[in-house]
Amino acid sequence: MNDTPIKPKAAERMKIPRQAMDARNAVARSASFAEVNLGFVEQVAMMEARRCLDCKDAKCVGGCPVAIDIPAFIDRVAVGDFAGAADVLLRDNALPGISGRVCPQEKQCEAKCIRGNKGGDPVAIGYLERFVADWAREHGDRRLCPPPKCEKKAENVAIVGSGPAGLTAAGELAKRGYGVTVFEALHEAGGVLVYGIPEFRLPKSIVRGEVESLQKLGVEIETNVVIGRTYTIDQLLGEMGFSAVFIANGAGLPMFLNIPGENLKGVYSANEYLTRINLMKAYDPNSSTPVMRAKEVVVVGGGNTAMDAVRVARRLGAERAMLVYRRSRAEMPARIEEVLHAEEEGIIFEMLADPAEILGDDGGWVRAVRCVRVQLGEPDASGRRKPTRIAGSEFEIPCQIVISALGTRANPLLTQTTPDLKTNQWGYIVTDENGMTSKGGVFAGGDIVRGAATVILAMGDGKKTAGAIDRYLSLNRRPT
Amino acid sequence: MTYQVLDARWLSPNVKRLRVRAPHVTHNCKPGQFVIVRALVDGERIPLTIADSDRAAGTIVLIVQVVGATTKALCALEAGQAILDVAGPLGKPTEIHPVRHAVLVGGGVGTAVIYPQAKALRDAGARVSAVVGGRTKPFVILEEELGRVCDDVFPCTDDGSHGFHGFVSDRLKRLIAGADVPVDLVLAAGPVAMMSAVAEVTRPLAIHTVASLNPIMVDGTGMCGGCRVTCGGHVKFACVDGPEFDAHLVDFKELTDRLTAYRAFENCAMERSA
Repeated sequence: MNDTPIKPKAAERMKIPRQAMDARNAVARSASFAEVNLGFVEQVAMMEARRCLDCKDAKCVGGCPVAIDIPAFIDRVAVGDFAGAADVLLRDNALPGISGRVCPQEKQCEAKCIRGNKGGDPVAIGYLERFVADWAREHGDRRLCPPPKCEKKAENVAIVGSGPAGLTAAGELAKRGYGVTVFEALHEAGGVLVYGIPEFRLPKSIVRGEVESLQKLGVEIETNVVIGRTYTIDQLLGEMGFSAVFIANGAGLPMFLNIPGENLKGVYSANEYLTRINLMKAYDPNSSTPVMRAKEVVVVGGGNTAMDAVRVARRLGAERAMLVYRRSRAEMPARIEEVLHAEEEGIIFEMLADPAEILGDDGGWVRAVRCVRVQLGEPDASGRRKPTRIAGSEFEIPCQIVISALGTRANPLLTQTTPDLKTNQWGYIVTDENGMTSKGGVFAGGDIVRGAATVILAMGDGKKTAGAIDRYLSLNRRPT
Repeated sequence: MTYQVLDARWLSPNVKRLRVRAPHVTHNCKPGQFVIVRALVDGERIPLTIADSDRAAGTIVLIVQVVGATTKALCALEAGQAILDVAGPLGKPTEIHPVRHAVLVGGGVGTAVIYPQAKALRDAGARVSAVVGGRTKPFVILEEELGRVCDDVFPCTDDGSHGFHGFVSDRLKRLIAGADVPVDLVLAAGPVAMMSAVAEVTRPLAIHTVASLNPIMVDGTGMCGGCRVTCGGHVKFACVDGPEFDAHLVDFKELTDRLTAYRAFENCAMERSA
């Protein structure tokens, strides 16, 4: 297939418009948890791939936290060699079906795309990544679970948490021949990929598929184990015989607004709301998990989690599902595609509003949120424009559920029982650039180091730290 | 891992005792801690106190009262069957300080919490009394087991069918007044109204009182915040900051109210399976 010169010249490529991703009908999907994006068919993927200019000094790779060789995999797609594309993709990224769906490409690879920066639309790198991952899975491609190429190593590594950082590190270490055990606190592996991101954005069958691939590589997954309580880090390194530990237990405690009325019935953290629905399947009529439903739901926040929560509320029957955010649309950190999808689904955006109090009825249930209008000042040190309240601008939004999606604080559970693990003033674990902590043999990555970040940054940490763990164990190995 | 039920027996008309294989939980578990249990496929996760544990045997004891769909499914289990998921131990252990005379107050299924506490306090050299209550005689649980580890046990029933006729808080008041060794610690576990009443008995006497709270919980690791309680004006998460708190600081009224959030679901689940 390599001989087929079907790739057009650059001038021709520049004429091809960016291929659209088909999405499920907005009205139909507002009541369904089926995946919104339908994926590319082969011809559309090849057409989109031909838009890539195959730049000599490709900037897109530098925009990718796991440094996928983007021009190389797209080149394979363009000529219809999808298996070859999968080979390239999987060399750098163990979980492409996930990152192809949830990465903020518009801020990463696609933002750096030279074609996009020449005044046109960037190549749809994320859609192509997803296409290749799905193609490989649907064709039962064994490349998704390559057999270990290395000799079996003597050491075992414990991984705390089975989210994107933990799963990525598990795959990297298993491929290098280490015995790997992943400890997960919940009853299902996947971390935020299963409890946080809804089915309509990331089908759980995809996550299960990726987890099963790792199990085929020899990775052991132990659910229902809370490291810090069930076993301590010292027990893992001592009596349990692990030579290194990678802590990737994620962010933790949800933040609330700290305004009156937050303990009324009907106030959820986004974590609780989404966990009941995604992990515990409350949306399924056959599930016994209770979750509140209401006609009017207010979600406070502007990130991907807020967007997920408000779109879930809509699917659970809210007639008015509202997003309340204290900046404007331009400042919302959510993925642009999620914002567009939410709008299509009839989500109401109440921008420049700052909640001041949650009001309850006599029975202790939420009845409204009292908000204050804000205006944006000059950009602050972080570059974001600081909102200030406008006097006398208070107004009430009637609602029966309020969901707080304001981010998280560090979970103290593991660090409390590991006193010799250095943390910063916010409780996040301090590491060097290789993910090594202050405690010998203990590494950390993902949100427990960064604070709330993205799936792909966590995957990047998992990949990088797996390499560091390999080097650490190799150096400490005594010659036999 | 299968969490097999090794034996199961009813302690009262709506409370069942299950001995369950869960070696990982026994590794570090201490009095006052709990597990999160899932009984139904695609169902909810609920917290249950670890009423006893045996590291050598790799088993724990759970005491379950029928309230909603999950607890009903758990109470239907017999020896040889298995629980889907058991995660833990979770929560901070009971702080065991040297005291002279500890009184442990248990109401209904809450009595499960005080049994391991009683053993630990006895081992720490305290005089240990237990006051245990139920609606009627059959609802008073673990009296015999507590009798083996406590210096005295005082059963109470609402109708006088067994022991003291009245509330555990009233019996506690009398016990404190007549104690030969002054009471310097009270631990309470049971219905919120009971724990609140106990706190009011000991508040004027300035006796340190700890309540084991039972809010609605999902993950048990601090991730969801569903179990938040107000304590001394601060919001705390029962799963990571508790479940035990200074009873004189807890906002019991708020806790009572929050516990009713899913009452309609519970009633519905009970009717569906009735």
